[in-house]
Amino acid sequence: MSHPVRGRFGPFGGQYVPETLMGALEELEGLWHEAKADPQFQLELAGHRHAFVGRPTPLYAATRLGEHFGGAHIHLKREDLCHTGAHKLNNALGQALLALRMGKKRLIAETGAGQHGVAVATVAARFGLECTVYMGTEDMHRQSMNVRRMKLLNAEVCEVTTGTRTLKDATSEAIRDWVTNVGTTHYIIGSVVGPHPYPELVRDLQRVIGDEAREQYLQADGKLPDAVIACVGGGSNAIGMFTAFLEDRDVTLIGVEAGGSGVKSGKHAASLVGGRPGVLHGTYSYLLQDGDGQILPTHSISAGLDYPGVGPEHAFLRDTERVEYVAVTDKDAVAAFKLCTRLEGIMPALEPSHALHHAGVLARQFGPGGRILVCLSGRGDKDMDSVESYE
Amino acid sequence: MRATSSRLEKALKADGDLKLVVYMMAGHPNRKKSVEVAKRLAASGVAAIEIGVPHSDPLADGPVIQKAGQIALDHGMTVDACLELASEVSGVGAPVVLMSYVNPILAHDPRRFAADAAQAGVAGVIVPDMPIEEAEPVASWLRSASLDTVFMVAPTTAPNRIGAICERSSGFVYCVTLTGITGVRKDLPAGLKDLVGSVRERTELPVAAGFGISRPEHMKSLRGIADAAVVGSAIVAEIDAGKDPMPMVKELLKACR
Repeated sequence: MSHPVRGRFGPFGGQYVPETLMGALEELEGLWHEAKADPQFQLELAGHRHAFVGRPTPLYAATRLGEHFGGAHIHLKREDLCHTGAHKLNNALGQALLALRMGKKRLIAETGAGQHGVAVATVAARFGLECTVYMGTEDMHRQSMNVRRMKLLNAEVCEVTTGTRTLKDATSEAIRDWVTNVGTTHYIIGSVVGPHPYPELVRDLQRVIGDEAREQYLQADGKLPDAVIACVGGGSNAIGMFTAFLEDRDVTLIGVEAGGSGVKSGKHAASLVGGRPGVLHGTYSYLLQDGDGQILPTHSISAGLDYPGVGPEHAFLRDTERVEYVAVTDKDAVAAFKLCTRLEGIMPALEPSHALHHAGVLARQFGPGGRILVCLSGRGDKDMDSVESYE
Repeated sequence: MRATSSRLEKALKADGDLKLVVYMMAGHPNRKKSVEVAKRLAASGVAAIEIGVPHSDPLADGPVIQKAGQIALDHGMTVDACLELASEVSGVGAPVVLMSYVNPILAHDPRRFAADAAQAGVAGVIVPDMPIEEAEPVASWLRSASLDTVFMVAPTTAPNRIGAICERSSGFVYCVTLTGITGVRKDLPAGLKDLVGSVRERTELPVAAGFGISRPEHMKSLRGIADAAVVGSAIVAEIDAGKDPMPMVKELLKACR
């Protein structure tokens, strides 16, 4: 799994950005390598992870879900129990510490479901930094609770009315802000997407999920799971989970994309299953695009997966066949949301509900004794309206 | 030293006067009108005309050019139609430069794009989200089709990069005047003279200043500093408002002398 070219995962990745940003990306890369090797920084990060985020998060045996699906053992990595309710805080915290190290006083972010926006607004409040979050009109509507949270945290929420008015356009707008204010502002991108070094940086900050889960699983079970499943929008919780298992060749890794109304319908957000390579937001990866390289509108009930691109490392893992990628529809995700809520007393976000559905499919294939680990990347309170109004 | 200089190089080198480069979006406000406007601009005495290829996600552009691109796409503008437009305009007068984000070029296939652009009589290509590190394979195909590839220098570009960018650039070097996206600004930044100066030290190519330039007084302040000034959003806004951009172009040209 080596990728010898700087900033590339095989042919994927790169830095397709306006010249104005090249200096800032170089500074960020250098600073991250320095911080990563600095025991003081690591100690500080570990301290905040423990006391502020609430790590390590538990590994939970979902026994009733397992029974329901025919007797397989299903475990959930409980990222929903992170402070602010999702894995997003792992990344926001690490990058806020980097911003402090760079002496930058202002944070900006894009957000889809609002979980990354809330995470960045939270660390901005915690460290006394200014914060602006870009969010599409459409998402502000379907995730209004998170908009209120960000505002209470004293972040400015900028409504993005251009294009599809979702995560894609919020990301473009955040990049334009960064191009303009790059001297004073750090851009905390929310996933393993964007120009180098972001896909690596965000992976390094999220791999704590899989590092913890692998150790917890071994401790509980004495051996590794047969399969590890995570949902993939940009793909940060999935990369965070998979990285620890990449060398365990017997462990099947599966990324679950948003199938929307079905990949054949064209109304979906499954870029690895239904797209082809191109450049979006500074990186070369799989995209949903037309024959002319224009980015296509996406559809998913889950705002956090509603993105036409995907992290370049996922593109590499797909093409090298280390990870298998599948798509799950809105309908199946909503059913899995309800099932997990009723059987386990855990209300998952709609994003990992896609992964939970596929865990059920796999559990039935494996039968009793099958061992499956799912990344439960966030909690579902934010999605109650979407689930209730579905059909 | 190269033996011959390209069409763009000749057209943009200041000869006492500042040269004017104008930008417009292909297919804005619609295909037919944009061909008419482009032909008139090309014949107006400008040194070069930049024709924008619309893209769904133009990261370096402000609201005016974003909107123009969206209108063009809504009217069904394609890369092929942009190349057709270029071929209709390229014989009229000023050399044509295509400005396209990298993904439409990749989707078209860089080799075919370069061949088609050369066939259309295009003189050079600017790709605002393709820094020198990511220039291959696009730049090689452009070069082998005898097209210039214009790279950009920004106020945030470190001095050691400026030389490398000048080295890779052909036709001219595009000096981004400000730290930001395209769009009209009231004043030009104070550090502009130094930036253009440090580019000039490293190349014999003409240096064009762009981003934020819209007024005759901007042009006057660039005389003796840059070889050429690029005016984009101000022209596009006139076209968007249904106005004839020619009076503005004439006034800008007057301020060049």
